[in-house]
Amino acid sequence: MKWIDKNLHIKPINTHIDPYKPVENAIITHGHADHAKPGHKNVLATSETIEIMKIRYGENCAENFQVLPTNQSLKINDVLIKFFPAGHILGSVQVLTEYKGEKINFTGDYKTTSDQTCKDFEPVKCHTLVTEATFGLPVFQHPNENEEIKKLLKSINLFSERPHLVGVYALGKAQRVINLLRQQGYDKEIFIHGSLEKLCEYYKNNNIDLGKITKVNLTKKKDYNGEIILAPPSAIKNIWSRKFEDPIICQASGWMSIKQRAKQSLVELPLIISDHADWNELTKYIKFTGAENVYVTHGREEAIVHWCKMNKINGLALSLSGRDDEEQL
Amino acid sequence: MKKFSELINKLLLTSSRNRKIDILSNYFQNTSDPDRGYTLAILTNELELRNIPISRIKEIVFENVDNELFTLSYDYVGDLAETISLIWPHKELGSLLGISEIIDVLRNLKKDDVNKTIKNYLSIANETERWALIKLISGGLRIGVSSRLAKTALAKFSNKKLDDIEKIWHGIEAPYNNLFNWLCNEGPMPKIDLLKTFNPMMLANPISKNDFKTLISSQFIAEWKWDGIRVQIILGKSSVKIFSRTGDDISQSFPEIKNSGDSMVILDGELLVGRDFTPMNFNSLQQRLNRKKVTQKHMDEFPAFIKLYDILYLNNEDLRDKTWKSRRFELEKWFKKNNNKYFDLSNVIKFSSWDELSNFKKNKIIDDQHEGLMIKKIDGSYIPGRPKGYWYKWKKDPKNVDAVLMYAIRGHGKRSSYYSDFTFGLWNGNQLSPIGKAYFGFNDNELKVLDKFVRNNTIKKFGPVREVEKTFVIEIAFDAVNESNRHKSGVALRFPRIKRLREDKPASEVIQLSQFKSEFL
Repeated sequence: MKWIDKNLHIKPINTHIDPYKPVENAIITHGHADHAKPGHKNVLATSETIEIMKIRYGENCAENFQVLPTNQSLKINDVLIKFFPAGHILGSVQVLTEYKGEKINFTGDYKTTSDQTCKDFEPVKCHTLVTEATFGLPVFQHPNENEEIKKLLKSINLFSERPHLVGVYALGKAQRVINLLRQQGYDKEIFIHGSLEKLCEYYKNNNIDLGKITKVNLTKKKDYNGEIILAPPSAIKNIWSRKFEDPIICQASGWMSIKQRAKQSLVELPLIISDHADWNELTKYIKFTGAENVYVTHGREEAIVHWCKMNKINGLALSLSGRDDEEQL
Repeated sequence: MKKFSELINKLLLTSSRNRKIDILSNYFQNTSDPDRGYTLAILTNELELRNIPISRIKEIVFENVDNELFTLSYDYVGDLAETISLIWPHKELGSLLGISEIIDVLRNLKKDDVNKTIKNYLSIANETERWALIKLISGGLRIGVSSRLAKTALAKFSNKKLDDIEKIWHGIEAPYNNLFNWLCNEGPMPKIDLLKTFNPMMLANPISKNDFKTLISSQFIAEWKWDGIRVQIILGKSSVKIFSRTGDDISQSFPEIKNSGDSMVILDGELLVGRDFTPMNFNSLQQRLNRKKVTQKHMDEFPAFIKLYDILYLNNEDLRDKTWKSRRFELEKWFKKNNNKYFDLSNVIKFSSWDELSNFKKNKIIDDQHEGLMIKKIDGSYIPGRPKGYWYKWKKDPKNVDAVLMYAIRGHGKRSSYYSDFTFGLWNGNQLSPIGKAYFGFNDNELKVLDKFVRNNTIKKFGPVREVEKTFVIEIAFDAVNESNRHKSGVALRFPRIKRLREDKPASEVIQLSQFKSEFL
């Protein structure tokens, strides 16, 4: 790893991957706030990621944008760059870089299971894998997402007199939950918090089926009993949610597999729906890549590094700063 | 097991008390015997499966999961049952037996079959069932359902009085078929043996500054709150039962106490040790507690006696509905008639104003003997539980010491992601010596500060325990100090709690253990 450093800086081309602070040249894996920051000079990303950054930070959040579609290569000096779908959210990619015959793959955030709101994950072989480990503990074994969505639908049937407030991250999770509901045949209007509106609109424009969605209007007297309302967890925790009468608080997140954590956030109906790879996906993918070196950017690094040792792979925790466990917001 | 596991999962995730009561009352309504009885026993902590220690379960897990990965996971999740239920790697076809059958199997499991059976159960269970199964084996569900709440749900589903359920509760046993028969109007109220059964005791609320403004002093009397253990004594013609406040039978530790008369009586008092009714300190009493065999030497060295506070029954007459004043009259009458060398009467302290009582407390309190004062309403009846407005405790002022934070462990339940159990110590030369542990007293903000300090200043990990930089000073409040040979420092604090964070104070200014001992012991 002579040509990259711990801050995910690709030295031969002076380019950072998902830098935490404004830099000259940045490659952005996806639009989540802990990966995409405003203020860089040059940004290289997929068109979807660039659009999402513009929606969130404004048209001028970087000086120059350059689009690189997935599965096309770009050569800068002696470094070859290629994006592969990461299956995390719309526009998310892994960044494969090759220099003097050595391949390093930066996964960004990823999941290997299928998701209709973004391109399916594509596995890539490499010499060195720079991976996330948000759910890098063997206690995280995500269940099937459709079974989780059915729990929500069952609860709606059972408690049709109570509004169901579902905590979701505004980008990616919100649209996936709506899409999963549609896949299960739920065709009623779904209500959303204002902060989800623009991103849902953007997903719709990318031909992702979200059905009829309407912004919650709390000034009008409306009965939300038996309805599904999506909002960021922070809105559910503050006074905004008090306007609903006796709601069932739900949350869609990989963290919800830990009951005590659900309880702590006063979640009555936890939905274990994650956009990150679980323990089995992480370890399976590390094996698949054939990587001799594995660098863990963020998450539960210790366990993945220990697992690498058990499997005779060089593992190292980078503990990057500025990466939040975004789903906990 | 499915129904039971779903019940406790739902209870865990429900925070409204009324909704919990609804969930439970529905469960009792729609579940048959003996399943609902065993569930009730589990919820009220009355069921013990002593034959399978939790260490055995851990052993089984370690045979199937890497030790280090387990430790990292447990440290993250914070709850043993949850960690095991989530990490268990095997899945087999099959379904678990019902709750009653499982309890039956577990109780009668031969030692050699334990590993095989538990492994099979863990593999065929779903994640929530596994969690419930381990909770069942390890005891203590920690799902935010108190025994009282479970009984409230019983009262709700059956339309019976909660007080009636409480009155017979300690006389009945799992799976409570007779109880449910009565609750469902299919049988009589269970008869209980008065001579064997603990009656829930009346407890006091701490008195607040505001109480002194609103309570009328002439309606109350006071007594010393003796520094022993609260007990209920049931004297039969030839039998003596002594129960602790929580209903534990501690009779065998105090064989010398006998009935000297021929009346059947239930008394409430404070168990103490000492001569001529002068109590020795709490440490001496501890020499007598939790002993299976009591030697004559022990009884001579630490003679036990009881300061009597109250009388509940006299010859089958229930006195609990009478006022304190008339119960006191009966108690004194009984006391005079039954000259018993093990019983002394607690003195009644009369006063005409709260100020007068305050002065009395200040001047007369004996640190080694009194925990403070009890204030009781003269016309109040004896109500099990902690009813508001009748009995108050006025504790003596706490003592304080500044100590250095040494170790921390994550809390349980809703605190499972916070480091909230703290060990602290004083200097012993240039080394720190732990003097106690505290896990409350701080507010939410202080907890965040402490948690952050622990996370950023860990120097070593021993399993779930983190050793931290010895730089953080906390002010500890405590009620008393006892000598203790169980602790390395030689002292044990009673009721220690974190009073304040002393971020302003350097650890080097914390006192020496020897100085602490000479000051407080």
